[in-house]
Amino acid sequence: MNLRKAEEKLFNILMRIAACIIFGSLFAISFTILVKGIPNMSWDMISKTPSGGFYLGKEGGILNAIIGSFYLAIGATIFALILTIPMVIYMNVYASPNSRLSNIVRLCLDIMFGIPSIVYGAFGFVLMLFLGLKVSLLAGIVVVGLLILPIIARTMDEVMRNAPKELKDASFSLGATKWETAFKVMVRQSLPGLATAALLGFGRAIGDAASVIFTAGFTDNIPHSINDPVATLPLAIFFQLSSPIAEVRERAYAAALILTIIIFGISLLSRYLIKKYSKHTV
Amino acid sequence: MEQNIPHISIRNLNMKYGNNHALKDINIDIPNKKVTAIIGPSGCGKTTLLKTFNRLIENVDGTDIQGEVLVDGENIYAKNADVPNIRKKMGLLSQRPMPLPMSIFDNIAFGMRIHGERKKNVLKEKVEYYLQQASLWEEVKDRLNQPAARLSIGQQQRLCLARGLAVEPEIILGDEPTSALDPISTKHIETKFTELKEKYTIVMVTHILRQAKRIADYVVFMYLGEIIEHGPTLEVLNNPKHKLTQEYVGGVIS
Amino acid sequence: MEIQSAIPNTAISQNTTSVNTSPHNKNDRGRRRFAFDKFMERVVKIFSFFSPLLLILIIAGLVIKSIPVLQENSLSDLLLGSNFKPFTGDFGLLPFILSTVYVTVISIVIAIPLSILTAIYLSEYAGKAFLKFAAPMLDILSGIPSVIYGIWGVLVVVPFIRDYVGPWMGIETTGYSILSGGIVLAIMVFPVIIQIVFEVMRIVPNELREATLSLGATKWESIRKVIIKKASPGIIAACILGFSRAFGETIAVLMVVGNMVQIPHNILDAGYPIPSLIANNYGEMMSIPMYDSVLMFAALVLLVIVLIFNVYSRWVLNRLEKKLN
Repeated sequence: MNLRKAEEKLFNILMRIAACIIFGSLFAISFTILVKGIPNMSWDMISKTPSGGFYLGKEGGILNAIIGSFYLAIGATIFALILTIPMVIYMNVYASPNSRLSNIVRLCLDIMFGIPSIVYGAFGFVLMLFLGLKVSLLAGIVVVGLLILPIIARTMDEVMRNAPKELKDASFSLGATKWETAFKVMVRQSLPGLATAALLGFGRAIGDAASVIFTAGFTDNIPHSINDPVATLPLAIFFQLSSPIAEVRERAYAAALILTIIIFGISLLSRYLIKKYSKHTV
Repeated sequence: MEQNIPHISIRNLNMKYGNNHALKDINIDIPNKKVTAIIGPSGCGKTTLLKTFNRLIENVDGTDIQGEVLVDGENIYAKNADVPNIRKKMGLLSQRPMPLPMSIFDNIAFGMRIHGERKKNVLKEKVEYYLQQASLWEEVKDRLNQPAARLSIGQQQRLCLARGLAVEPEIILGDEPTSALDPISTKHIETKFTELKEKYTIVMVTHILRQAKRIADYVVFMYLGEIIEHGPTLEVLNNPKHKLTQEYVGGVIS
Repeated sequence: MEIQSAIPNTAISQNTTSVNTSPHNKNDRGRRRFAFDKFMERVVKIFSFFSPLLLILIIAGLVIKSIPVLQENSLSDLLLGSNFKPFTGDFGLLPFILSTVYVTVISIVIAIPLSILTAIYLSEYAGKAFLKFAAPMLDILSGIPSVIYGIWGVLVVVPFIRDYVGPWMGIETTGYSILSGGIVLAIMVFPVIIQIVFEVMRIVPNELREATLSLGATKWESIRKVIIKKASPGIIAACILGFSRAFGETIAVLMVVGNMVQIPHNILDAGYPIPSLIANNYGEMMSIPMYDSVLMFAALVLLVIVLIFNVYSRWVLNRLEKKLN
């Protein structure tokens, strides 16, 4: 009896220690980013591009990376949405439940979800060789779009699958075709969930570095066309952090803070959407 | 209940769940080695009351319990009470049978192992004995190593009964133990209960009046967290004194 | 006519003009809707083929680009050779493969026990107030890009290893080491594993807890012997996801692992995992013969390991779920 109680006590203590270590380290990360980032935030930082080179130039800010990241992430999200929405509609409206194609698609999406982003980057490089693309915003959008495709598709699929079955039946019995059911009923019903999925993909797109290193390149300028190379926040952090010049490293800290704030904003927004969403479902 | 020593005595029990006063001034004695049925409309606090008997109710967030529950004269809500041992005294049958995620054999042996029984042949013997007690042995003796989840719902409930008996409790608590079962399995369980009251005190929650009539010696009628009336089954159900009981027995409220 | 009669007639506009409600127009409109629906079915179906196609393309693309290096070197030389000198055409990838394995194993050894213990604490013991703070924090941190974890690694973990762990172990180190990589990775996968384990523990029905407790089990016994068992497929899935996250992670590791081509002899040695190799050398890829092919082959190795692991873990999970149900 005493042994049993002792075991319970022991594990209780172990659990508390584990929770302390984990939340302590996670808290320490947030703290470090804030402490390093806040002193380096200035209007110049977010309104100017670096001058004298991102690696050596002491002047300027990281506007190139902020704008570039948004261009790239928005582009990639739209690209991925164009590919995933028909897929998800097919699986949830047209295909019979447990159709073989749907199962294969889901399996492939799950597998692709597990593929590391550096592999997408390498594949992007192969793709660019085949298509004759240069390192550019376009190439970045394509590769990051493919990277976030499985996340967006699987999340949307879950949302649509959880839409009440009666809704589909009701729409059919009113004489709507499948297409009308898909767009006028199913998509509208699951819109907040679909938006959350898109946000999730966007967050992943804006934070990924390994897949853009080959494909989007890096530049001190804001891209003027889709064929220009583009700078992104993660790469701005990565490159500038290794600079020997303190002012350049400060740009990296500022970029890290901005990236964290963006991710924080996305998280808040999707929490808000989910809350609103659950208000409308019974 | 004059001829019996009470097995469980409840004194001034109040339970609040947030702002919801779920149990109000409960005072009752549960007689030894009899079947007591707690009846009442759904949401009246029957299950809540049952779960205060073995302190399972504490696992629900935000509950505030005051008063005493005496089992064999010992207050189980005392500060230094040995909760696992108190619970060991009471077997529980839930609404939905809940086999543990392991084999049929291990389901029965689980409790015995926890309480220190290690010898294989003893375990084997006891598993057989308790499966027979729950009249399940014949059906499962050739597949003791299969997952318990593969049994039918009715068999699962009898498995849960055997599992509960195997830790040698004094009391059996049933929370509408037949509500998920088919008529034949229900009959099995009911027959078992009437046999088991030779050795055990049985308390069951039920919303089926006829079931209470069939197997209970005593009934407790609850309404909105209060005990309205209690006494020997036939007395309460045939000649209810309180107006609410009359309405419930007459089918006006349910 | 058969087709037309199958078309529902409810979508006709309720216009007042007699022309619009004539039977001829009804059928015409219905037929168009029907044809459009059939057309769209085909379109969305074609899009659905895209996901298997993409998977095949990724594999095929990397295989095709790996062929040149495979023609020059044997597979065993590539995978088991430890001599890596691109200029002389020696492409032994063993240092990279071992570095990847070491870093991943360290991260998993740290992350899995701590995460599972924390998840159990959150789902079974923690109060509501703590959950209210912990859940959003985990949610946000699981979305934080790896480069942020990398910064923290450079600023905190690397100096810590250099100034404290190294001297304590009696080994001189720059701090840029496979241990640093493992620690940073572990912290990255904490939120991922905790969130999933927490969810699956929450799904375990409360009655099961009550059933075990009513047999006289202590709370910890009910968790260890029953709840964890019931949740085990989900817990394993969480660990697998954590593993594959850690295995392919690039930037955060690249920043702290030291990137020296050598087989690490202890955990304070610098290592050079495969993702870092690929990401670090893209610049020279086209200027050294065969270098691009080697890097694509390295990516293929990474992909194949992930695929094998994925398939194997699916098989394990299926078996486990069958056993439980």
